[in-house]
Amino acid sequence: MKLLVAVKRVVDFNVKVRVKADQTGVELANVKMSMNPFDEIGVEEAVRLKEAGTVDEIVAVSMGPQQCQETIRTALAMGADRGILVKTDDELQPLAVAKLLKAIVEEEKPDIVILGKQAIDDDSNQTGQMLAGLLGWSQGTFASKLALTDGEAEVTREIDGGLETVKLKLPAVVTTDLRLNEPRYASLPNIMKAKKKTIDEKSPADYGVDTAPRLKTLKVEEPPKRSAGIKVADAAELVSKLREEGVI
Amino acid sequence: MTMPEDIAAEGQDMEQIRQAVRALCADFPGKYWRQKDRDREYPTEFVTALTKSGFLAALIPEEYGGSGLGVTHAGAILEEIQKSGCNGGACHAQMYIMGTILRHGSPEQKARWLPKIASGELRLQAFAVTEPTSGTDTLSLSTTAERDGDHYVVNGQKVWTSRAEHSDLMLLLARTMPKDKVEKRTDGLSVFVVDMRKALGNGLTIRPIRAMINHSTTEVFFDNMKVPAENLIGQEGKGFRCIIDGMNAERILIAHECIGDGRWFIKKATDYANERVVFGRPIGQNQGIQFPIARAYAAIEAADLMVKKAAAMFDAGQPCGPEANMAKMIGSEAAWQAAEACMQTHGGFAFAEEYDIERKFRETRLYQIAPISTNLILAYIAEHVLGLPRSY
Repeated sequence: MKLLVAVKRVVDFNVKVRVKADQTGVELANVKMSMNPFDEIGVEEAVRLKEAGTVDEIVAVSMGPQQCQETIRTALAMGADRGILVKTDDELQPLAVAKLLKAIVEEEKPDIVILGKQAIDDDSNQTGQMLAGLLGWSQGTFASKLALTDGEAEVTREIDGGLETVKLKLPAVVTTDLRLNEPRYASLPNIMKAKKKTIDEKSPADYGVDTAPRLKTLKVEEPPKRSAGIKVADAAELVSKLREEGVI
Repeated sequence: MTMPEDIAAEGQDMEQIRQAVRALCADFPGKYWRQKDRDREYPTEFVTALTKSGFLAALIPEEYGGSGLGVTHAGAILEEIQKSGCNGGACHAQMYIMGTILRHGSPEQKARWLPKIASGELRLQAFAVTEPTSGTDTLSLSTTAERDGDHYVVNGQKVWTSRAEHSDLMLLLARTMPKDKVEKRTDGLSVFVVDMRKALGNGLTIRPIRAMINHSTTEVFFDNMKVPAENLIGQEGKGFRCIIDGMNAERILIAHECIGDGRWFIKKATDYANERVVFGRPIGQNQGIQFPIARAYAAIEAADLMVKKAAAMFDAGQPCGPEANMAKMIGSEAAWQAAEACMQTHGGFAFAEEYDIERKFRETRLYQIAPISTNLILAYIAEHVLGLPRSY
């Protein structure tokens, strides 16, 4: 069985992000970048499936600037077999990513695609669903458990009301939630081996995909600073304060 | 003087290695180390995790199951360990003691030991050189090894043999020819690999030494301990040389640990100075707090350049005795400066165990004394580099 896993390069979760002075986005210069944590969970799941003998080959895909190669290398050091980098310095929105992934899926013909449920930079939570839609495949999103058997995937999903278990026909798209697994750190021999694994470099044009943004960012702002609260004596005062503020 | 090219930009694999080490260390927080320190326990779980991930085999060539990297990479591993608040001193010797076998062992000896050291099946992290009466004057050591048929019989005593209780093999330097009979003063010493699993109770006694830090250090006694002749490394009588050429690696690696310690102290001090509010403002707003931290930071950055230079020269196969020694000296002093700044910044809280500062403070002090004391480095620079008259 062949598995495709998508890995996005994002601002490291430890970094305190700052809005750029011109309000067009957040500061990325000299900021530590890492693999999106949900994608890391995806890679870990893929590697576990390979270790269990369910999956034979893992292909890691990333899209964006040249440095995304480092993100792929991390996936390779964790245990992915080879990588594909779709190189572009243009902004890629979820729809463009989903279209590019669709083109790669048609070429690679994996049995399953695993993505993070969302990326921690834009928190879109769209790419996996769009990809399944474009491919006409089944989807199991927010997975906290994944079991593959004879052409089927059983996915336990984290939903508002608790857990929901769905059975999907393969090929399928699965997106990972936080509790699916705890990703490993790469061992030194695997970091060294990863250096010898291949990463194919492509461009959006190679797949004939129009990646022009469909959404326009108008303005990016810092959230307002939290100011000190006040104490109210009783419920009646609370209600009147809320009325004053026009909240109710 | 030229600077190594890669001094500013480390390779991409280096960053991956650093990340992986940090991720591993995250599983061993201050709480873990405090318990080990309190109970004087060996951090077995931490050492096992490092071993399993292959980090301690960084310097062993690939053909023997290691990663075949240089001290630049191995040093980065140790630096990250210290920077994460962990203590590489528990196992750093597993990285470099094998160097004597690698450089001077026969092909059979290498095939016999190196793959098992690489996998961690065998720990070789005890190095028996120092004696109570000889100290740094290694050539006056008096432990003897006398040939008797197909083995040597060892008698004597060593001290400050760290990790002897947590090692399977020990590298031993002993006298095989009396000092007054050798042609050259550096002759007459030989190196042996002692299998402590067999020797313990058969002529070998290990006695732990309670010390200022949890370093699992011991004194060891040899009473007619037999060592098979095939465990002699290199030529009989030429052991001093087999030991001395591993010392630069040791110094450069430990210098990296100093840099890691320094970075840990500076981060700890900076975070606290930003958060701690006294008299209505963060204490870090006072220059009396800022300057010692800033000065220590500058010292660490400067020391880091020396450490990187020494490592690059070592990996390029260039002679680097002065650089390795200076890196260790400057690194250990910069780390101590950072430790001081961190402790002073925290005031009374620095003494509370839960801040980890007092523990790291004790631990980093060691590096101005071991593996070689600052005075001996200064004497070396003065007499061997600058050509001043010999004092000893």
